[in-house]
Amino acid sequence: MTTVTTAHDIAHGHDDHDHAHAMPHGWRRWLFATNHKDIGTMYLIFAIVNLFAGGTMALLIRLELFQPGLQFLRPEFFNQLTTMHGLIMVFGAIMPAFVGFANLMIPLQIGASDMAFARMNNFSFWIMPVAGLLLFGSFLAPGGATAAGWTLYAPLSVQMGPGMDMTIFAIHLMGASSIMGSINIIVTILNMRAPGLSLMKMPMFCWTWLITAYLLIAVMPVLAGAITMVLTDRHFGTSFFAAAGGGDPVMYQHIFWFFGHPEVYIMILPAFGIVSEVIPTFARKKLFGYSSMVYATSSIAILSFIVWAHHMFATGMPVTGQLFFMYATMLIAVPTGVKVFNWIATMWKGSLTFETPMLWAIGFIFVFTIGGFTGLICAMAPIDIGIQDTYYVVAHFHYVLVAGSLFAMFSGFYYWAPKWTGYMVNETRGKIHFWASMVFFNLTFFPMHFLGLAGMPRRYADYPVQFADFNAVASIGALGFGLSQLYFLLAVVLPTYRGGKKAEAQAWEGAEGLEWTIPSPAPFHTFETPPTVK
Amino acid sequence: MKLQRTLTLCTSGLLSLFLNPMSYAYDDMPGGPAVRQLNFAAPVTKIMEDIHWLHWFMMIICAVIFVAVFGVMLYSILKHRKSLGHKPASFHESTTVEIIWTIIPLLIVIGMALPATKTVVAMKDTTNADITIKAIGYQWKWGYEYIKGEGEGINFLSTMSTPREQINNLEEKSNTYLMEVDNEVVVPVNKKIRVITTADDVIHAWTVQGFGIKQDAIPGFVRDTWFKAEKIGTYRGQCSELCGKEHAFMPIVVKVVSDADYSTWVQAKKKEMAALADDPSKTYTLEELKDRGSKVYAANCAVCHQPNGKGGGAFPALDGDKVVNGPKEGQYQVLLKGRNAMPSWARLSDTELAAVMTFTRNSWSNHTGEVIQPSDFVAARAAVK
Repeated sequence: MTTVTTAHDIAHGHDDHDHAHAMPHGWRRWLFATNHKDIGTMYLIFAIVNLFAGGTMALLIRLELFQPGLQFLRPEFFNQLTTMHGLIMVFGAIMPAFVGFANLMIPLQIGASDMAFARMNNFSFWIMPVAGLLLFGSFLAPGGATAAGWTLYAPLSVQMGPGMDMTIFAIHLMGASSIMGSINIIVTILNMRAPGLSLMKMPMFCWTWLITAYLLIAVMPVLAGAITMVLTDRHFGTSFFAAAGGGDPVMYQHIFWFFGHPEVYIMILPAFGIVSEVIPTFARKKLFGYSSMVYATSSIAILSFIVWAHHMFATGMPVTGQLFFMYATMLIAVPTGVKVFNWIATMWKGSLTFETPMLWAIGFIFVFTIGGFTGLICAMAPIDIGIQDTYYVVAHFHYVLVAGSLFAMFSGFYYWAPKWTGYMVNETRGKIHFWASMVFFNLTFFPMHFLGLAGMPRRYADYPVQFADFNAVASIGALGFGLSQLYFLLAVVLPTYRGGKKAEAQAWEGAEGLEWTIPSPAPFHTFETPPTVK
Repeated sequence: MKLQRTLTLCTSGLLSLFLNPMSYAYDDMPGGPAVRQLNFAAPVTKIMEDIHWLHWFMMIICAVIFVAVFGVMLYSILKHRKSLGHKPASFHESTTVEIIWTIIPLLIVIGMALPATKTVVAMKDTTNADITIKAIGYQWKWGYEYIKGEGEGINFLSTMSTPREQINNLEEKSNTYLMEVDNEVVVPVNKKIRVITTADDVIHAWTVQGFGIKQDAIPGFVRDTWFKAEKIGTYRGQCSELCGKEHAFMPIVVKVVSDADYSTWVQAKKKEMAALADDPSKTYTLEELKDRGSKVYAANCAVCHQPNGKGGGAFPALDGDKVVNGPKEGQYQVLLKGRNAMPSWARLSDTELAAVMTFTRNSWSNHTGEVIQPSDFVAARAAVK
């Protein structure tokens, strides 16, 4: 798609220590970081710490659910774990990880020297650890962390102890960070593209992030509003969500899901972007239907604002409301289907090789599609009445969030790690990580479909004995999946940063794009003079 | 003390990991889940039959699409490999193809939505009910009031009857573990039953899998749903909206009986209620109240404050508590209005409240010697309001 002249740039950007922006050293480099690569790396480190913390909570949950009866955890603590697992994975792991990818790759992909607002970038990162401390610290509050579920439905969230207030402030901070990050991404993409790189020539990852950033700016304030109202209901005598004072508990759900549904696309659109970069590279063929991919992504984003109440079919909506939200939701299957077709058409008649990033991308399409189908099934209001708030929903959203977002990020890591570290990732180890994750993921979450259909409600610390076998299988799978990720950290990520086979500037034979025109690892300063794209 | 309890629990937990698998020879639960059940519960209503049909319909369409799409992908993976010397083609767009594969999914989706619409409309039609029952969600039990039709005036609370020993792995679990209650909802077969849901504290959800219904119970609001059970039997469900720590322990059990059996049940239930009705002007002795209070305490309070009154975590100990040993007004206030995680217990009768208050003020190390009469609560209700 793009032809590039960059020789000029490399000569300037590399090893130029007399340059005014010499690389800082020691702790200052990180605390005062303004370099997009450093900030991106810090986001990724933050995300992986949260991934393991949230994963540990998931394993504790699965430990308790290994067998019926209460064995290890009291129900009140169990509910804290399910709540915090959700919040940490969504706000602490998936979202920051995608912002990390954006920071690392967007300037490299559009030929910009850095993000538009480098100091705001620093601020938006350093808010995150503070928010993380508040969130984790809430376990130590009297009564423990909030146990109202990650959706924090009122009036249950109004009943919680001070841990709830800490969570509210943590989410406020994370929201502020997301909004700053989004503004940065939008301004960078709109203003700092290399000469000649028109929007419709831009890599797909940048497109998906541009759209995601708009979604974030639109909905994070809505979430902040919802939880602020919970806060004032808790402490300042308002009754936004209390019927006794003229409020309505269901209003909370409408506001929350007006944030919550675009939020799930915030967590999946950048994943679509990564997969749309990886597949053409290893098919050695251009992305099929580039412009229809852009339109499909935009339509998904727009539709995401008018489907929120499909999370609320069981609240008892009027029949017209149920029908509208059912139709609108099912409509999303169309642009999503178009994306899957485009990826397969990209592979069709390509010259395929199956390095680890490609395995993850294909694995992503496979399992994400299963999650898409169950999404369609959940969208049918009558079926949803049967499976709402059961393990079927748990299976569905883990298929799209773990097998979707997380698998795409693994694909992105294996794909771009040579650019970040200067070393190729060990292929054998990458493949072990892929196959282990794939098998254990399905072992964990596939049986949950059966549990949900049979009626096992989610957020239950204990369950009828008839559900025992599938729960035992899911727990074993979860342990395996957790260990696979530990393997990823210890045997893949850390060794790759230490050394390995040297990566060339263009690490993959079929790769296209500006990021492959600069050396691996990418020098501290890149594209100080913008490249020209023809 | 707390550590000891934790240790005991952990040990029993570890033991059960190794010992229990051998004793896991459970049967299907009548009206509840089957062992390793793979699909929805067997339908008992027309709506649930529709849901089954819709689900199979969706499953088949999805399976066909899945096989077709991934068949193409698999073919590509097998044949278009670089290792087989396949050279990449150069095509990267085709407006015709893209329009076709936008239109076809759109048509499929419309085809899916049409049959679902019919069922949605049927599910929402709560008119012309024979019997109307109000289900009230409490933390953590259900209350039922028969408000229209045969049986009008019946009301009772329905609490899970699974003993704590089973939950804590000290006793063998029964076949109906966690899905059994002391007072079941009884309804006649082949009659349209309208269920009105509401809640007292937080949101709960009233579900019976076999009926294909699930309706949130929202505090301060009423919602409704309906069912018409076509088979005699006992059918079960569990609260399906997170409602706090005992969320997993407030099941729903509905007994569907013949018309004649229903009339018999209504007569018996009304007699039972008349016998149980308390006269709030009666004066009791300390022993009578303590005795009655211990039962009220076990049924309602022990789950948080513990049978020994020691509490735990966010739930304060009543043994030695300032409010319980202090002025009566303080305890009236907490019982009738609730405080923090403690819900209001105003729904208990004056006699029950008087009994449980007397019990807490004269148990464990609390020896106030005070006797609270039902008439005190009649006055307290007026004062607190």
